[in-house]
Amino acid sequence: MNARKKKEAAWYALFVLPVVIVFTIIVIIPFVIGVGYSFFSWDGLPVHEKTFVGMDNFVRLFSDSRFMVSAGHTLVFTVIAVVLINLLGLAFAIIVTSRIKVRNILRTMLFMPYLIGGLILGYIWKFILGEGLKAIGEAMGNTGLFFNWLVDKKMALVALIIVAIWQMAGYIMIIYITGIQGIPDDVLEAASIDGANFFQQLIYIKLPLIMQSFTICLFLTLSNCFKIFDTNLSLTGGGPNNATEMFAMNIYNEIFKLNNYGYGQAKAILFLIVVASFTLMQVSITKKKEVQM
Amino acid sequence: MKTKKILLNVVLILLGLAYLFPVYIIVVNAFKNRAELYENILAFPKDASFKYFTKAMDKMDFSHAFMNSMIVTCISLVFIVVLTSMCAWMLARNDGKLSKFIFMMFVATMLIPFQTLMMPLLQVLGFFRDYCGIQLTDTLGGLIFCYIGFGTGMSVFLFHGFIKSVPVEVEEAAIIDGCSKLGVFFKIVFPMLKPVTMTVIILNVIWIWNDYLLPSLILYSKKNRTIPLSTANFFGQYTVQWNLAMAGLTLTIIPVVIFYLCAQKYIIKGIAAGAVK
Repeated sequence: MNARKKKEAAWYALFVLPVVIVFTIIVIIPFVIGVGYSFFSWDGLPVHEKTFVGMDNFVRLFSDSRFMVSAGHTLVFTVIAVVLINLLGLAFAIIVTSRIKVRNILRTMLFMPYLIGGLILGYIWKFILGEGLKAIGEAMGNTGLFFNWLVDKKMALVALIIVAIWQMAGYIMIIYITGIQGIPDDVLEAASIDGANFFQQLIYIKLPLIMQSFTICLFLTLSNCFKIFDTNLSLTGGGPNNATEMFAMNIYNEIFKLNNYGYGQAKAILFLIVVASFTLMQVSITKKKEVQM
Repeated sequence: MKTKKILLNVVLILLGLAYLFPVYIIVVNAFKNRAELYENILAFPKDASFKYFTKAMDKMDFSHAFMNSMIVTCISLVFIVVLTSMCAWMLARNDGKLSKFIFMMFVATMLIPFQTLMMPLLQVLGFFRDYCGIQLTDTLGGLIFCYIGFGTGMSVFLFHGFIKSVPVEVEEAAIIDGCSKLGVFFKIVFPMLKPVTMTVIILNVIWIWNDYLLPSLILYSKKNRTIPLSTANFFGQYTVQWNLAMAGLTLTIIPVVIFYLCAQKYIIKGIAAGAVK
C-alpha cells in the first residue's frame, strides 16, 4: 500500500511539478519580492543600498501630480473606450448574426484588426492621424479638423481611444455573437409570431438573454483598457507633454526611465489593486443582472 | 424588396471596407516615393515599386526577426500545450487539497498585470545569471521560459475546465489494462483534448507573436530581436521616411493576415471559447 502511494505521488509530481516550478520562478517569486520592493527606496543599481521606507512610497503616490494626472487620463480613456467598444461590438454582432448574405465576409473583415498587435496598430494610426491628417488638411485647405492630432493634448487622447476601439470592437463582437447564437430559436420565433418587430426582439429578448456576454465583454474591455501599454507607446509615446501617459506607461517610466525602482514598484502594486478591484466589482455587479434560462 | 436587400449587402460590404481603410493607406503608401506620398496619401500609387520593401526588409533584418518570432512562438507553444495539459489533467483527476490550492493559485494570479511583475522578474532573471550561471536574459531560451510561466494560468484553466467534462471511465479501463499514467495521458486523454488545445494554441499565438514589452526588457542584442522589437527599433530610426516605414509595417502585417486567412475558422472559435470560459 505504501509503495503504491509513493508511486502515485511520483506520478503526481511528474505531471504537476514542471509547470509549478516554472510558474513559481516567473510569477510567484517576482510577485512576492515585488511587494517587498515597494517598501524600499532603490535606484535599481545592485551596488547601491536599498533603504527601507515603510509606507512612504504609497503615501508619496497621492501627492505625485504627474501620477495623479496619468491616473485621471486612464480613467477617462477607459470609461469612454469601454462604452464605445461595447456599443460598436454589439452593433457589429447584431448585424453579423442577421440573415444577410455577406455576414461571413463582414465578420472576417471586422475581426482582423485584433490580430495585428497593439504596437503595430499604434504605428499604423500614428501615420494616419499624424502625417496623414496633416497632409489631407493641407491639400484641402481645411486645417481646423485635419491637422496632426498627435501633437494636440485633447486630440491625442481621442486618437488613443479611436485606436483602442478599432483594435477591440471586432474581438468583442465575436463574444457577443456567441451570446446571440446561444439564444434558442423558438424564443425568437415565438416573439415574431406574437408580432414583435426587430427592435422589440432586440430590446426585450436578445439583450436580457445575453447578459452573460456583457459580463465577459465588460471584464475584458475594462482590464484591457486599463492595462493599455503597447498602443500607447507606439501611437503617442505618452506625449504631447505627458498628456496621454496612461497608468501602465507611468509605471514603466518611473522604474526604467527615472530609475525609481522602489517607488515605481509601489505604483505597480497599487495598479494591481485598482485593476483587480475595478474588474471584480464589475463582474459581481453584472453577474447579478444575468438571466437564468 | 430584392433590390433593397442587395443594396443592404453592398452597404455592409462598403462598411467593412471602410473599417479596414487604415490598412489600405499603409499598403498604398508603401509603394510611393516621398513627393508622391505627400501629394495625396489616399491615392493609388502611380507605379508600383517594391524598392521600399526590399530596403525595409534589409533595414529591419526582417527574415532574421521573423525566424526569431517563429522559434519563440512555436517552442513556447509546444511546452505550454504539453506541460499545462498534463498538469491540468492531474489537478482535475486528483481533487485533493493540494490540487485545489495549486489550481486556485494559477487562477488568482491571472489578474496580476504584467507591469506589477516586470521589475522583480528582471531581478530574478539577473539572479539566475549572476549566481547560477543560467542565461535567461538576452537569450531566446530565457524568453521562452518566461512565456511558459506567463502562459500557465490561462492554459491550465482552459484545459482544467475541459477535462472536468470528459468522462473518467475510459482512463480507468486503460489503467486496469496496465497502461502507465503517461501512456494513458498521451494515448487516450490528449487526443480527446483537441478542441480546447486549439483554443489554447490560438490565444497563446496571438499573445506571444505580438508581445512587445517582455522581449523588450529581456533581449538586448540585435540578433535576438523578434518582429515587434525590430519594428519598434526601425520606427525609432525612420519616422521621417514614412514610405519606408509603411513598407516595414506592411511586411509585419503580411504573416498575420496569412495566418488569419488560413486558420480563420479556428481563430474565431478559439477566441469565442477562450473568452466564455
